[in-house]
Amino acid sequence: MTQKENAVARGRKPKKMSPARYGLYGLLIISAAFFLTPLYVMIVTSLKTLDEVRLGKLFALPSTITFDAWIKAWSTACTGVTCEGISPGFVNSVQITVISVIISVMLGAVNGYALSFWRYRGANVLFGILVMGAFVPFQAVIYPLIVFQREIGIFGSLAGIVMVHCIFGMPIITLIFRNYFSSLPEELFKAARIDGAGFWQIFLRIMMPMSVPITAVAVILQTTGIWNDYLLGLVFGGRDNQPMTVQLNNIVTTSYGVREYNVNMAATILTAAVPLAIYFLSGRFFVKGIAAGAVKG
Amino acid sequence: MKRKTRMWSNLSAKIASIPMLITAVGVFILCVAYSIALSFTRSRYFPKFDFIGFDQYIRLWTTDRWTVSVSNLLIFGVLFIGFCLVIGFILAVLLDRNIRMEGVFRTIFLYPYALSFVVTGLIWQWMMDPALGIQNVVRNLGWESFNFAPLTSTEYAIYGVVIAAVWQGTGLIMCLMLAGLRGIDREIWKAARVDGIPLWRTYIFIIIPMIRPVIVTAVVLKAISVVRVYDLVVAQTGGGPGIATEVPAKFVIDHFTERGNVAIAMAAATMMLLPVLLLVGPWVYNEYVRRARA
Repeated sequence: MTQKENAVARGRKPKKMSPARYGLYGLLIISAAFFLTPLYVMIVTSLKTLDEVRLGKLFALPSTITFDAWIKAWSTACTGVTCEGISPGFVNSVQITVISVIISVMLGAVNGYALSFWRYRGANVLFGILVMGAFVPFQAVIYPLIVFQREIGIFGSLAGIVMVHCIFGMPIITLIFRNYFSSLPEELFKAARIDGAGFWQIFLRIMMPMSVPITAVAVILQTTGIWNDYLLGLVFGGRDNQPMTVQLNNIVTTSYGVREYNVNMAATILTAAVPLAIYFLSGRFFVKGIAAGAVKG
Repeated sequence: MKRKTRMWSNLSAKIASIPMLITAVGVFILCVAYSIALSFTRSRYFPKFDFIGFDQYIRLWTTDRWTVSVSNLLIFGVLFIGFCLVIGFILAVLLDRNIRMEGVFRTIFLYPYALSFVVTGLIWQWMMDPALGIQNVVRNLGWESFNFAPLTSTEYAIYGVVIAAVWQGTGLIMCLMLAGLRGIDREIWKAARVDGIPLWRTYIFIIIPMIRPVIVTAVVLKAISVVRVYDLVVAQTGGGPGIATEVPAKFVIDHFTERGNVAIAMAAATMMLLPVLLLVGPWVYNEYVRRARA
């Protein structure tokens, strides 16, 4: 996994490309085309007028570029009851994501730290249950949570949806931090203990400053995960906190007569923009995050 | 005095772990137990505890919509995992051959993974539109009989969902496989070349067995996402045409929301939970609990 192992001879490339190399690049380019086509189609479709979309020339560039579909998707498209476009969903998604990410990453960091250095009895069992929890289908947990949230009166509120995201995010974030803290030298911790530092002191003064990169990984993972969530937002968002993904699906499935494909595509791109931006801006961290579920501690 | 501090700091650790304890025990044990318990009752819109044994399960397995959901899940799961592994492996191998612009290709193959399933479902619904999608483009090129509108037929719709899922999920597998390939000792390649083993045989008989742990991890991760598949189907097909692309996750949600049949929904949820526990239990124990003790 280290960079050293894939260090290859730099320097002059072999002069001739062998047929095999051509085949190699050919395959790669065909695959890349397959992966890029949907994105391309989405973008060009969203820039066309509806009349042009109906010509059925899926891959053709728009004859004149127009942003009308984008404007409509953002501010006037209908999502079932209201016709305010997808912008309210965007605001909701930002709210839900920011609050949930802050709380769940902090919780996960403390959990990982406690599990790595303060081995109290039952820590392993607790962690085992939590990791199993990462794999439990939401469907087996959601209904009791609805009942519980109704009882305490937060069902359908922002607090309710944030709580659910924190619960379902906890296993993976805890795992990431625990793996990271376990890789740090124990002496570091012991020295601090001998100097008389307590639980929170060590955490805040020594561990957190050392874990900026891993925190970035956790934040990116949670941000994309929560932003892309549909099911939890649908069930727990209530009427006032529907995230963008839910609004998007409503816009597309609410078809009064004419299906405005260009508007649908623009709304889709707007919904995908945030995670895509995160992905392109933070490639390495993103990859680390998704591999975290598979990385051995 | 010293003793007191130790108690105290350990106490801090325990207090700090309370949210974790509540989540692990309260949610992942009690909530799951509550769900399972409800599957043995007659709950309709609201939970009630009048136990009736396995009636809901019998009803569940005689419901067409459920059996279709399960068979869809199996078809979807096998194809999706199979294609992701094969394509992911091939792409990883290609990228591992010292090519130029590796970073660019990697970015292209992985970006769909950053998208929401809802987005993926909608894009592919549009690509597979019979009048305006790919089918129409190819026909306009002169291939009149070309068919690519799986979502309109009850028989092929599930394959349309597979295509969308593979498009989204292959990048991750490629990443894992690539990491596995990069972890292989360069000497192996030299030895294989000296022995005159052809490249493809080296890959199949030497390299694949060597990256087996990565493959197992990939299969486990993908199997989990298969059991969970929900948003993709909702966005791409809505479970249709008819009930052709219904999946268990959707069955559960639909039944405890609009259909007001909590008990059967919980029976279905319990059926979803079983394979996950059987599949993941030993793996988690091996990877995390036992390892931590060693």
